[in-house]
Amino acid sequence: MKKKVLLSGLSAVALVASLAACASDGGTASSTSAADTTNCTNKIVNESAPRIAVWAWYPNMATVVDNFNKLHTDVQVCWNNVGQGDAEYTKVQTAISAGKGLPDVVMLESDHLSSYSIQGGLADISQYGANDVKKNFSAGAWADVTQGDAVYGIPVDGGPMALIYRTDVFTKYGITTPPTTWVEYAADAAKVKAAGGPVFGDLASNVPSMIMALQIQKGAQPFQIDKSDPKKLTIKLDDQASKDVLDYWAGLVKTNVVGVKDQFTTDYISGVVNGDYATYVSAAWAPGYLSGAGVGTGASSGVWAVAPLPQWNASNPVSVNWGGSSFAVTSQSANKQLATTVAKGLYADADSLADGWKNQVIFPLNTSVLSSQEFIDNKSAFFSGQTANKDVYIPAETAYKGAVYSPITVYYYAQLTAAIAKINQGQISGSDAATQLQKDIVTYAQGQGFTVTQ
Amino acid sequence: MADSVGLALPAPAVPREPAVRPLRARSFKRGAAKRKHSFAGWMFVLPFMVIFAIFLVAPLAYAFYLSLFTKGLATGTTFTGLAQYVKAFTDPSFLKGAWFVIRFAVVLIPVQMFVSLAAALLLDALTSRYAKFARLMIFLPYAIPAVIGALMWSFLYSPTFGPLQNIASVFGTSAISPLSPDNVFGGLMNVVTWQWAGYYMIIIFAALQGIDPTIYEAAKIDGATPIQIAFRIKVPMVSSALLLILVFALIGTLQFFTEPQVLQVVSNGAITPDFTPNMYAYNQAFAYANFNYASAISFSLGIIVFIAVYIFLFATRKRGSILK
Repeated sequence: MKKKVLLSGLSAVALVASLAACASDGGTASSTSAADTTNCTNKIVNESAPRIAVWAWYPNMATVVDNFNKLHTDVQVCWNNVGQGDAEYTKVQTAISAGKGLPDVVMLESDHLSSYSIQGGLADISQYGANDVKKNFSAGAWADVTQGDAVYGIPVDGGPMALIYRTDVFTKYGITTPPTTWVEYAADAAKVKAAGGPVFGDLASNVPSMIMALQIQKGAQPFQIDKSDPKKLTIKLDDQASKDVLDYWAGLVKTNVVGVKDQFTTDYISGVVNGDYATYVSAAWAPGYLSGAGVGTGASSGVWAVAPLPQWNASNPVSVNWGGSSFAVTSQSANKQLATTVAKGLYADADSLADGWKNQVIFPLNTSVLSSQEFIDNKSAFFSGQTANKDVYIPAETAYKGAVYSPITVYYYAQLTAAIAKINQGQISGSDAATQLQKDIVTYAQGQGFTVTQ
Repeated sequence: MADSVGLALPAPAVPREPAVRPLRARSFKRGAAKRKHSFAGWMFVLPFMVIFAIFLVAPLAYAFYLSLFTKGLATGTTFTGLAQYVKAFTDPSFLKGAWFVIRFAVVLIPVQMFVSLAAALLLDALTSRYAKFARLMIFLPYAIPAVIGALMWSFLYSPTFGPLQNIASVFGTSAISPLSPDNVFGGLMNVVTWQWAGYYMIIIFAALQGIDPTIYEAAKIDGATPIQIAFRIKVPMVSSALLLILVFALIGTLQFFTEPQVLQVVSNGAITPDFTPNMYAYNQAFAYANFNYASAISFSLGIIVFIAVYIFLFATRKRGSILK
């Protein structure tokens, strides 16, 4: 009896001890080494060099990482893809909240930089020589990754916006030139609809960043951050420009000349293939995305063309951007100097950039590409040989001035999504949605401790 | 180890009343044995207790601790006591979500119960060789992971690929969209019923199999019809199984998460991030970085679930006695 008790007691103690051992192992492992550089998706070329952990989701990232590692003997990239967009942001946010678990370098869309920098999650890399590569980018692209003098990322790709349209639908319904203003866009939409044609465009609730860009195009300045104190915010979501843009699209929805389907879904893409939409207001990465989703082949091949984004004031065109990413260095990185070297050099060599734009994976922001004759004269296969870069995208990128994104981007986008869904369901007018958004976002920002100017 | 426990007992004090001493000593002995036994008992449950404490009690305590603080992106973390709970119970998003799952539970559970009970009674009455096959088929949806099931339904509901449009076009109309704002309630109810009715059916069926068949024979001799046997004998005798699945369904429905989370991407905005309290908590924590508020929401939901289950068990306890 005694023996049994003793045994059970001992085994219980052993079990507890082994559990405790597990826990302490995990604890020490993650607290001593800042980022895990043992499990890499890629192969390390130079085993003896220090490693920098990178999270990124570019489709050709494997090639890009290999190119970098072959070119560098002083540092090696250990890359993992932890998900695209929101999937990665969830992990980034959790790691920032936890205070550990971030890689050294992380791929972030430019509109998310300030959300993480305000929490101290990103390092200001101006002190590590980030400004050396400033000359490689347009003023707008550089403005998107900086706040005042602080640099929070090195741009890689961008999304200057344009109007993609179907030549077959335009020809069928007698539209000879693509609309150059939003007034023309609405008129053409009504014309196609009256002739029994498909809807002209789409107001999707799940692309709030696109709607925000369209508001900025009309002169809205949704957010401004005080340069000396990032905790002072100016929020203007209900100014006339913002209201006008929402009212404009709400009007198109009301008359059923544009669709209300969410984008990036199989339903939407099959509609695009079938010619259910005459136009697609989108960014320079769209041809690559659409090709990847199977658009532009079979029945929908040879029917696509691109024109500059319609304007509110044709004599004063404004260029806007949707999407595009940069490499940011995290504040959890143990070697920020080396991480900055990676952020500056990754996806910046000629081979990687060429692989990216020739396979339509990215629209590069590096001016070495934007000014190269090959890129300028490239005849896009998706646009049936149109020199889309020269005609549309390069001018749009060059004219882009940059935008200010809020430090509460994820919440703002979620609320904008809800507002657009309500507009699409006919529950609310565009102006009312803007007013309600303003109220909601201001309350939230104040709750988060920001000093808000309206 | 056991010895040391025995030795550790305090030595009896110098006796002042010798007459009582033997009695006392005996009681000491008995107490020691008892303690020895209870010590062994504790040792046996220790592995469970350790895991229970590490993986359930500790996270719960930590979540509650978190919920007592407020964290702003620009302010840092401050202790605010129960302020987050006040905020949760006045937050329209949380209240709307809670109201939705309560309504959902009220409508869904009777439907689910009816379907699973009907299926179980039918299968119990059937003795053909197809009964086994039918039982497996009804149970099958439960074996499909909830995420896969929801993805599958997202395709079935699709206005482009789904069969609904094909069926509707035969009649020359356009199909209803099960995930539009007006229909999303029913659309989700269908998915959940499909997923869970088979599981509940198996529970009821197992209870039915446990009933002594001589009772049926006695009923038959008394002239009871099969329908009378089903409703007068079988249903009352599986009432405890029915109660069990009711509680399962109630808790599961109030914590509704997987299906709306998966179907959100194809709902064109009809399913919002605050659609159910669990989704709201998830988004607060992992999308908006408000772990503290998410903890408060989770605990508030826990309170609602607890109240609902308590009310329910209280109400059915009375009914149970009537049935008996």
